[in-house]
Amino acid sequence: MKQAFAIVLSAILTQNFVLVKFLGICPFLGVSKKTETAAGMGMAVTFVMAIASMITYATNHFLLVPLHLEYLQTIAFILIIAGLVQFVEMFVQKSMPSLYNALGIYLPLITTNCAVLGVALLNVQNEYNFIYSLLYGTCAALGFSLAIFLFAGIRELINEKDIPKPFQGFPIALVTAGLMAIAFMGFSGFSI
Amino acid sequence: MYSIISAVAVVGGTGLVFGCLLAYASIIFEVKKDPRSSQILEILPGANCGACGYAGCSAYASAVAEGGAPVNACSVGKDAVAEKIADIMGVKAEKVEKKIAKVLCNGNCNHAKYKYEYFGIENCIAAAKLAGGAKTCHTGCLGLGTCTNVCKFDAISIVDGIAVIDPQKCTACGLCVQICPKHIIEFVPEKSTHWVLCKNTDKGVFTGKYCAVGCIGCGICGKNCPKDAIHIENNIAKIDYSKCIGCGICAMKCPKKAIHSIKV
Repeated sequence: MKQAFAIVLSAILTQNFVLVKFLGICPFLGVSKKTETAAGMGMAVTFVMAIASMITYATNHFLLVPLHLEYLQTIAFILIIAGLVQFVEMFVQKSMPSLYNALGIYLPLITTNCAVLGVALLNVQNEYNFIYSLLYGTCAALGFSLAIFLFAGIRELINEKDIPKPFQGFPIALVTAGLMAIAFMGFSGFSI
Repeated sequence: MYSIISAVAVVGGTGLVFGCLLAYASIIFEVKKDPRSSQILEILPGANCGACGYAGCSAYASAVAEGGAPVNACSVGKDAVAEKIADIMGVKAEKVEKKIAKVLCNGNCNHAKYKYEYFGIENCIAAAKLAGGAKTCHTGCLGLGTCTNVCKFDAISIVDGIAVIDPQKCTACGLCVQICPKHIIEFVPEKSTHWVLCKNTDKGVFTGKYCAVGCIGCGICGKNCPKDAIHIENNIAKIDYSKCIGCGICAMKCPKKAIHSIKV
């Protein structure tokens, strides 16, 4: 129980995927202009990361480890994630059209989101079991959603401010992301 | 040797399993799409500009195929594309109606009344947050040039404290329409000759106090219109451009001079 709590806290705050581990920066910067799209991206990533954690755990545990093929983890996980995202996209399009319309354009983007691959590899590195892998995947994705949602909110506010011309647009977004990363470093003081 | 074979078998096998799964899933989870939508998508310019009001070319294509969307909404492809889409859909193409943006306020510094004097940063969005701006009318143009700055075609200028759009330069990109914090810039047909330059939906008594040229919703224009093209909605006159013949009677009869005409 204590380890579960530690996983939740570290995945969301102290080891935040975007702001501390610098994974998934591309969607973090690309889809954070509006809070609605940021929330959509966060939902899609959470969905995929939870499923990816489960499947990659199973593949690693039942296929790669028994055959002593651990060095194939990266390529096998990429293959699985890409296939999985495609499958999820089809499934959602058929069974939940409204969710598909909400997530639609973000789903394919997740294929190349390194946060998803990152969570799969970290699960192996940290030697989590199935339940903890799932928990870590979900919470890391929630941390991603939290970061992108906060960032989008700040960017929306910043857009209306009087910013010096050389800083307008992308530069100020990068400065903001840097400041947010510093703020999240404050959480690293927690020790469990 | 064994390790090479097993590695190839595992990666190849995983790929094969996922490939089969996806192929099978694409059959089970197939969503019936109108074949016309892919045909339309091929015709469209593929600029994904969103000028049609849909998320992109494919969204517009499926909106047309599933009915409802007009065939002539693509302003990039113009008539040529509209005709081809119309062929696919089996309808007759109407000419792409070109639009321009128009600032629907004429309350310049001579006509409108002010609540306070604004000395803040030169930005309408900032000014609008201070009790809705300096003008007493809550739909009055603040005239600080936020639309002028956003316009890429240099089409907007500030004249006597209100924004004026040059119809020659306007490309109907919609940037000013989006950015205006007062939401008083709207698209009108390029061929239109008369506009109600007021968006205040308050009762006439109040509008009259805010501004000398505000529409008070008296309805004189509607009573005099020979084509029944102008009506009062929410205390504001609205011209139906599909009926308007541009005679100019409404502009002449308007007691507040809120309706503008090219002819005058």
